[in-house]
Amino acid sequence: MDTILVVVEQRERKLNRVSWETLAAGQSIAAQTGWTLEAAVVGSGVAAIAGEVAAKKLARVYDVESARLEPYTPDAFSHALQGFLAKHPAKLVLMPHTYQVRDFVPKLATAMQTTAISDVIGVRYEGGKLLFTRQMFQGKFVADVSFAGSGSCFVTFQNGSFRADKVEGAAAAAPVETVNVEVPDGVVRNKPEEVFKEAKQAVDLTQAEIIVSVGRGIKEQKNIDLAKQLADALGGELAASRPICDNGWLPMDRQIGSSGQTVAPKLYLALGISGAIQHIVGMKGSRSIVAINKDSEAPIFEIADLAVVGNLFDIVPPLIEEIKKAKT
Amino acid sequence: MKILVCMKQVPQKDAPLKLNEAGTWIREDVSYEVNEPDAFALEEALRQKEKHTGEVVVITAGPTRAMQVLREALAKGADRAIHLEDDAFVGLDAYNTARAIAAAIQDEKFDLIFTGLQSDDYGYAQTGVILAQILGLPHATIIMQIEKKDAGIRVKRELEAGFFQFVDMPLPAVLTIQSGINKLRYATLIGIKQAKNKPLRKVTLAEVQSAMGANLQKIEKLYVPQKSKNTEFLEGTPAEVAKKLVEKLKNELRVI
Repeated sequence: MDTILVVVEQRERKLNRVSWETLAAGQSIAAQTGWTLEAAVVGSGVAAIAGEVAAKKLARVYDVESARLEPYTPDAFSHALQGFLAKHPAKLVLMPHTYQVRDFVPKLATAMQTTAISDVIGVRYEGGKLLFTRQMFQGKFVADVSFAGSGSCFVTFQNGSFRADKVEGAAAAAPVETVNVEVPDGVVRNKPEEVFKEAKQAVDLTQAEIIVSVGRGIKEQKNIDLAKQLADALGGELAASRPICDNGWLPMDRQIGSSGQTVAPKLYLALGISGAIQHIVGMKGSRSIVAINKDSEAPIFEIADLAVVGNLFDIVPPLIEEIKKAKT
Repeated sequence: MKILVCMKQVPQKDAPLKLNEAGTWIREDVSYEVNEPDAFALEEALRQKEKHTGEVVVITAGPTRAMQVLREALAKGADRAIHLEDDAFVGLDAYNTARAIAAAIQDEKFDLIFTGLQSDDYGYAQTGVILAQILGLPHATIIMQIEKKDAGIRVKRELEAGFFQFVDMPLPAVLTIQSGINKLRYATLIGIKQAKNKPLRKVTLAEVQSAMGANLQKIEKLYVPQKSKNTEFLEGTPAEVAKKLVEKLKNELRVI
């Protein structure tokens, strides 16, 4: 029997909600292929999560348990899942493309002499073949990728590629099976400490209705002030893509993207931001996106509602004046 | 400490890219640069060496043009370089790239192996972790700080949404390095001169091929993404564009 296994993510025994998106992807592939959909949660004392997942439309949920799985380490997770998959083979193993999954899936796939197709944004089943769509060259192109091996194929999905609210529920809960796995002494080599947040976040950008965000196109630290003036004129918050914060031009707590904040304001005005995937995942839910960039092929234009191809230093000053005029 | 830094040459960030005729890859006649996180990985290796003494070796897999990445690394202070030189290295999946690198360094013993956390072209974010598994070494990903301890190292992992975590781990180990971990240095004139006399070992595809296999991922087609949105492009002089945009912000988006 061909099986699709969705491995949901838990951290400190709480389900990471992005797992619902992966389950939606799994249900979609199951519907197209007729394969059996199962799910697994991996951890220590995570039966409640297995129960939560079992309420959805799927055939079975496995609760893969070992005391060594808490706290998370790539060694324990890879070892446990390899042992589990040896007994419960799956044709496809699906997971969200989180930092945790990125940390252990390449190891697990390699240990099983197979591969992980990472950061996938869509799936099609054509002529008996699954085609996974993933972005390449920082989103300038996309590729349809197929699995050329024979064993299990791992696939990780980019946040927001499937809709969590599309997950189908079931009339009756799916059976939950507890699988205790052995993680012997010596397998786990890393000693992780508690997860923490650096300095208290001074700004909560998730509450902002208007965000003016700057990227590399701003060129120099002294030009940040121009973006600040625009943000002030609009009554919005100033934010940035990662390189700007790496340079120390704006504090880290103003960073939007996978390693920063995820926002969905009414207006997201991107100044000189090319739109690398890591940035897009943090703002693509915005109601309106306006992009100003000199490169007409910048991926940010793929998701923009309003676009201006041009030099931001020419456009922003008159824009500030026009906004002030409109407000009086 | 003896540190290996895996580096990759990728198309320049704002280089206009064109598809090849088969629609399976880009046309190669573009400008290239070092993959950004790899530059931070090299800088971190140089800093660790300056603190603890040792050796920094850089390796890349790619065509002749990829030599530029190694030259720059040697000019910045790397001690020697290894070039897996063949056009075929461009088309490898992450598993095969890692196997080729592992084969090329099989006679060496490194305390630390660094890669950038992902490449700007394929964006697999996997090569470092796969290399760790092949070599039987522990690893940690998306590293923002490295501190040498009496036994092993203590690293700071970046997690999502502003969270971090410290991890103690033994050596040898593989780390994938995040951009922004340090401030990059420039090559000095003396460095550029000295680079010419530093050892560079070339490794051919034939020398490592027995360690490799068929790609397990096949790019069926590469193409420009279909737009999911109707993007409206505003045109005109800056003053005209500013007027049009404010008009839209006021009357359509209603944010003014």
